[in-house]
Amino acid sequence: MSATPLAARDRRPSSLLPALREAAVAALVALVVAVPLMGIQTVQVSSGLELRTRWSWVVIAVGSVFAGRLLLTLLLPARRQASSNAAVGPLARAFRDLARWLGPAAILFALSLPLLPFSDRYILDVAILVLTYIMLGWGLNIVVGLAGLLDLGYVAFYAVGAYTYALLALNFDLSFWVCLPLAGLFAASFGVLLGFPVLRLRGDYLAIVTLGFGEMVRVILINWYKLTGGPNGLSGVPRPSFFGLPFSASPPAAGGETFSSFFDLTYSPMHRVIFLYYLILALALLTNLFTLRIRKLPIGRAWEGLREDEIACRSLGINPTNTKLTAFAIGAMFGGFAGSFFATRQGFVSPESFTFIESAIILAIVVLGGLGSQLGVVIAAIVLIGGPELVRQLEDFRMLAFGGLMVLIMIWRPRGLLAFREPTIRLRPARGAGSLPRESAQGPG
Amino acid sequence: MNEAAETSAPPALLTVAHLTMRFGGLVAVDDISFGAEDRRITAIIGPNGAGKTTVFNCLTGFYKPTVGRLTLQHPTHGSMLLEQMEGFRIPQRAGVARTFQNIRLFGAMSVLENLIVAQHNTLMRASWLSVGGLLGFAPYRKAEREAVDLARFWLGKVGLLDRADWQASSLPYGDQRRLEIARAMCIRPVLLCLDEPAAGLNPRESAALNALLLSIRDDHGIGILLIEHDMSVVMQISDHIIVLDYGRKIAEGAPAHVRSDPAVIKAYLGEEEDEELPPEVAQDLVQSRSAGESGGG
Repeated sequence: MSATPLAARDRRPSSLLPALREAAVAALVALVVAVPLMGIQTVQVSSGLELRTRWSWVVIAVGSVFAGRLLLTLLLPARRQASSNAAVGPLARAFRDLARWLGPAAILFALSLPLLPFSDRYILDVAILVLTYIMLGWGLNIVVGLAGLLDLGYVAFYAVGAYTYALLALNFDLSFWVCLPLAGLFAASFGVLLGFPVLRLRGDYLAIVTLGFGEMVRVILINWYKLTGGPNGLSGVPRPSFFGLPFSASPPAAGGETFSSFFDLTYSPMHRVIFLYYLILALALLTNLFTLRIRKLPIGRAWEGLREDEIACRSLGINPTNTKLTAFAIGAMFGGFAGSFFATRQGFVSPESFTFIESAIILAIVVLGGLGSQLGVVIAAIVLIGGPELVRQLEDFRMLAFGGLMVLIMIWRPRGLLAFREPTIRLRPARGAGSLPRESAQGPG
Repeated sequence: MNEAAETSAPPALLTVAHLTMRFGGLVAVDDISFGAEDRRITAIIGPNGAGKTTVFNCLTGFYKPTVGRLTLQHPTHGSMLLEQMEGFRIPQRAGVARTFQNIRLFGAMSVLENLIVAQHNTLMRASWLSVGGLLGFAPYRKAEREAVDLARFWLGKVGLLDRADWQASSLPYGDQRRLEIARAMCIRPVLLCLDEPAAGLNPRESAALNALLLSIRDDHGIGILLIEHDMSVVMQISDHIIVLDYGRKIAEGAPAHVRSDPAVIKAYLGEEEDEELPPEVAQDLVQSRSAGESGGG
């Protein structure tokens, strides 16, 4: 597709009329969308709801779409040509070099974040949220990125972990550190439970069944009123303690110690936030370390083999049943860990928190990051979870900006932000940037 | 003379008895019996749709045969009935490796990784189901080094040592075919089943393939079962040929014997009085005859 399409693209800017026509069509679509969404607004008045019109908004929206589309049509050909020829190669290589020091730098930054002068309660709360999604993304990455099993119901394991911790802590008074492995184990057994019926399914069919599984778990949580409290959820879930020392102003029992009194600090609610921050950071890094290691082990390579070609795996004597089930179980286990962290952070769990949109966001993080890429998950989680926080002042247009961002990422890097795969083992040490052109898809070790 | 030798030989590596495979009303393979021995190349030939690949799929556990007994005599694990084994256990326990007509590599993984994945079961044992490997214990690291050594050996053998760190899907077609054979050999098989390994190769690559297969047969002492359309390959390297047509075995024997068998000629070219031979078929026959004569000596 080298010669003719490029030539055609070169010709396009010179003819203004088609560009104008294209912009007009785009503006028409924008008009159709904008009239009901922006032009008409319901307002609460004393006598009930009242319709108000905002035609000026519609004019601005349609006008900007027209101008934007026109500019895009006129400027895009030159830009696309440049990127298709030269820009993509160096860009990918730059990303690769970036990735080498970006990982350690990010960990260092994450470790020091609570100590930095600008970090306050709000920033740490957002960071905890982002880290939770990073951990969920890394957990799902095992199932989707490595084993290639498209799972749309990952939030079910998150829910199982959260409810396991909440129920065990409320009913049996077990501490977080006892519940954490139990929650992981319980979520892993749910992973196996999901794994069995879907062993023969792949792709779309697998996605549908996992989607149903996620909904099933949520519906059970809503309806099993006696155990789960139904839609009301479970409140009063114990907050975490620092190895038995509670983060509170006064000790729970007379003569007891709190974290602040034990370490001779003045009480501050920030202590708990900082503790939670380091807790989720440690859990997330554990997930990452585990994934990085298991990729280089036979089971991890078998997962990747399964993703590439299941029939070839069978012909090499790899047991596809066990391999798939371990992928489901281990992915679910990390979901369960994250779930019990969620429960202890919120102090409250309800089925509301485990809707399909959560699964979709986690999957979006994995896909936008580039399937299988650990660093990609981090960047995508920061963009998708932190991004909407940054643009909070946009208010009504927050979700619009969010959607626009996702579309832009997919246009700019259709295979995800960091879509290169490093071999888990090399015969020769990797060479520098000037290596064989065919190798550009792999990246050095 | 070959048939006489076969009947008196010690138990063959593979004995297929009365293999029948039905798909609903369609009989793809109809009561076929044959054997394959170690240090021999046994070729299965026949027109399109004769049931060759179905035989392979039965042998390697992708299909469960409707009727039939497939006995494999493993030098260390003893005698095994392949039709009763679970699909993935046939390569694992019985040591039957195969390649595919449409190449099935792990495309996104590197060439070396393809060969390491093939040694999954050995490495899995050495890493104590990955737990030992996760903790970085010595036995696994040693096993991985040995796996790399075996992979390096086969990469050298198929001439891909320079491209070990390439992505498998970026290899040229001929290299992919050879890589698939190397990957199959990495499970240390006793019987190697090759489904049209020469398809799409140019004459030079196909000659190199012949040399590779002969070396596998002679240096590694394993049996090779070969499906092939390329008569220059079949006639030059096969020790024994089985001809299938419409799911039945119509002839078997040494290349020279099969080539002159009237039933085979009929299956490939139709009846004698049939005047309308497709020109490429006639040409193929002439080529295969001359190739067979020069190769068979």
